[in-house]
Amino acid sequence: MYEILSKEFFSENVVKLVIHAPRIAKARRAGHFVILKIGEKGERFPLTIAGADRENGTITLVVQKVGVSSRKLVALEVGECITDLVGPLGQATHIEHKGTILACGGGVGVAPLLPIVEAYKKAGNRVITVIAARSKDLIILEDQIKEFSDELIVMTDDGSHGQKGLVTEGMEAAIAREKIDEAIIIGPAVMMKFAAMCTKKHNIPTMVSLNTIMVDGTGMCGACRITVAGKTKFVCVDGPEFDAHQVDFDEMLLRLNGYKEIEKAAESTYLNLNTDSCQIPS
Amino acid sequence: MEERDTYLKSERSQPWREDLRKLISNKERTNMVRVKMNEVDAQVRIKSYVEVNSGLSMEQAQLEASRCIDCPNPTCISGCPVEINIPKFVKRIEQGEFLEAAKVLKETSTLPAVCGRVCPQEKQCEANCFYTLKLKKEPVAIGFLERFAADYEQASGEISIPEIKEKNGVKVGCIGSGPAGLTFAGEMAKSGYEVTVFEALHEIGGVLKYGIPEFRLPNRVVDVEIDALKRMGVQFETNFIVGKTATIEDLKEEGFQAFFAGSGAGLPRFMGIPGENYLGILSSNEYLTRINLMHAAELDSDTPVLSGKNVMVIGGGNTAMDSVRTAKRLGATRAMIVYRRSMDEMPARIEEIEHAKEEGIEFMTLANPIEYFADEKGRVKSVKIQKMELGEPDASGRRRPIPMEGSEEIIEAETVVVSVGVSPNPIVPDSLPDLETTKWGTIVVNPDSLQSSIPEMFAGGDIVRGGATVILAMGDGRRAAQAMHKYLTNKNA
Repeated sequence: MYEILSKEFFSENVVKLVIHAPRIAKARRAGHFVILKIGEKGERFPLTIAGADRENGTITLVVQKVGVSSRKLVALEVGECITDLVGPLGQATHIEHKGTILACGGGVGVAPLLPIVEAYKKAGNRVITVIAARSKDLIILEDQIKEFSDELIVMTDDGSHGQKGLVTEGMEAAIAREKIDEAIIIGPAVMMKFAAMCTKKHNIPTMVSLNTIMVDGTGMCGACRITVAGKTKFVCVDGPEFDAHQVDFDEMLLRLNGYKEIEKAAESTYLNLNTDSCQIPS
Repeated sequence: MEERDTYLKSERSQPWREDLRKLISNKERTNMVRVKMNEVDAQVRIKSYVEVNSGLSMEQAQLEASRCIDCPNPTCISGCPVEINIPKFVKRIEQGEFLEAAKVLKETSTLPAVCGRVCPQEKQCEANCFYTLKLKKEPVAIGFLERFAADYEQASGEISIPEIKEKNGVKVGCIGSGPAGLTFAGEMAKSGYEVTVFEALHEIGGVLKYGIPEFRLPNRVVDVEIDALKRMGVQFETNFIVGKTATIEDLKEEGFQAFFAGSGAGLPRFMGIPGENYLGILSSNEYLTRINLMHAAELDSDTPVLSGKNVMVIGGGNTAMDSVRTAKRLGATRAMIVYRRSMDEMPARIEEIEHAKEEGIEFMTLANPIEYFADEKGRVKSVKIQKMELGEPDASGRRRPIPMEGSEEIIEAETVVVSVGVSPNPIVPDSLPDLETTKWGTIVVNPDSLQSSIPEMFAGGDIVRGGATVILAMGDGRRAAQAMHKYLTNKNA
């Protein structure tokens, strides 16, 4: 059913997959995510859609190897199928003409950011994009992001590409120069926490797209719950995008780490059994 | 009603029924003692997922069936949401015609092997049995007998499928493959429609798969029923969320003329008390889904589950019982129910409560959690419990629990399962702005036809009722199918 049509390594651990899923390709909009399951006893996990091609009936996902399930997904070759794939889920990004948008992506968060940057640009906004990663080889989709950005700032922790520094330094530079009407941030939870603090300081309305633990992803289990403005919200049906200045990031980080030990153990068992070419040193 | 009464009378006067009634005197029948269900010993069963009830033997079933006096006015039937012809199937069992008995069940019930296991018979058919109403004795074990006949048929391999009318070429869609949807699909297929069932998850069966545990309803039992529907021509599409993967408009363009929404329960309710988002505090939906649907307790499953030595389950319904008994099987040394009213008000089936007690489940009634405490990693470690007392009856007719100030105590628990109800699944209503819903998010329907404010959309089960039982959902599926058939017949005439 959900056949992998192409597979491209952005780096050793980050892969772009194009998957045959015509209904999802037709229905999805920027901001939506899918739930995947690899194998009969696989777990269900969410990934935000990075792009789609309606004519060819495909969607694009960018996945980083971080645990058993993402490794199983990346291990699939062109021609093989994903066991279960459902979507598009969540609320789409609310795109309108706002003026100047500051779009910030960290690590693989740049992949789901791409369709949002594209949509904002097409809605007539001026878009300044900041993308950041630890080092050059972890910067992805730079050319594609550039195509829809009026200005692109690239930040790396080690200075191996673009400017040396954190995502927030790139953001501060843009904010110091011109008036920003709205910001969108997608990346690892810690990065989003600090990037949100940055825009809050400057009173810039900001959205974040969250990626929490989910089981069904359809509003049934409540595993993805977070606190927004003091109220419990479900990322799968209320989100994945929320007002960045209202999200309780510390609680979210705590909940994201809930299965860390079990996941680490499962991953090392998996790696022992599957000696793929790119083992991480323990 | 009259039509049904005439039908029941003519059935009752069949020679085989008359002969059977003469075989044993009513006095003898009513002096017999109700059969006891065979069960796996509590100490054995808590170490595995083996089904607790092992069913009746043929002898037991026939003996129990002979307790039924085949009343001229069978009140039991009015207690059944799908109106099974109860005396007829019971008498077929007495006669030894077990496959015939199963056929009687299937005349009106799509999932007899399921109902025989999970229906609250003590509140339905058995509550309306002549023994209960008039003799003040234990009712005929209708539920056990239903299960016996359905299991006998499943084991025989000679699984009958109901008669199907000539295909009419009309396509209808069913949203959700839980008990309401499966029943609807079966009824529509019988009437000759082309039915496609759309399921959001990767497995067919809805709550029968993700919710009710293996020890109460084995998946293979559900799969046999689903297989029968496939043989009747029902199509199933998994990983398909109507309103997301495709809209109702898309499906209409693909030729679907009418829809039944049986999309079931959605968002779990939490209590909004301090610390409720700590690690180790889960909804019963999450806990049960991880175990039942995702097989988290099995070694080769990728899905993990947090389940500690001290597990507290908040709530008193069937889902709470399923959760706490699952915790016991996952190795909890202390598995507790915390329920804010008393045992008398507890909504779970009596059998489940009895089984839970046998399995060593602790019941803390008239108690309510008010705060959670966590360790330095954010994992819950204890719960502050407040004692309650019962006051005047509330709108539900049950006595309202009132907190007792100064009665708080702290109880250790590393896993807490919150089972205090669910809100309806928001996806279908959200995708249809014209659909009328209540302030709770349930779909508004005509109570007789189950037709919504959108004429081609019918709905039933938890998406309409908010939270009910398998059999009420099945009853809805059946009534909606009848009404939709009428609607489409008129429309296409």
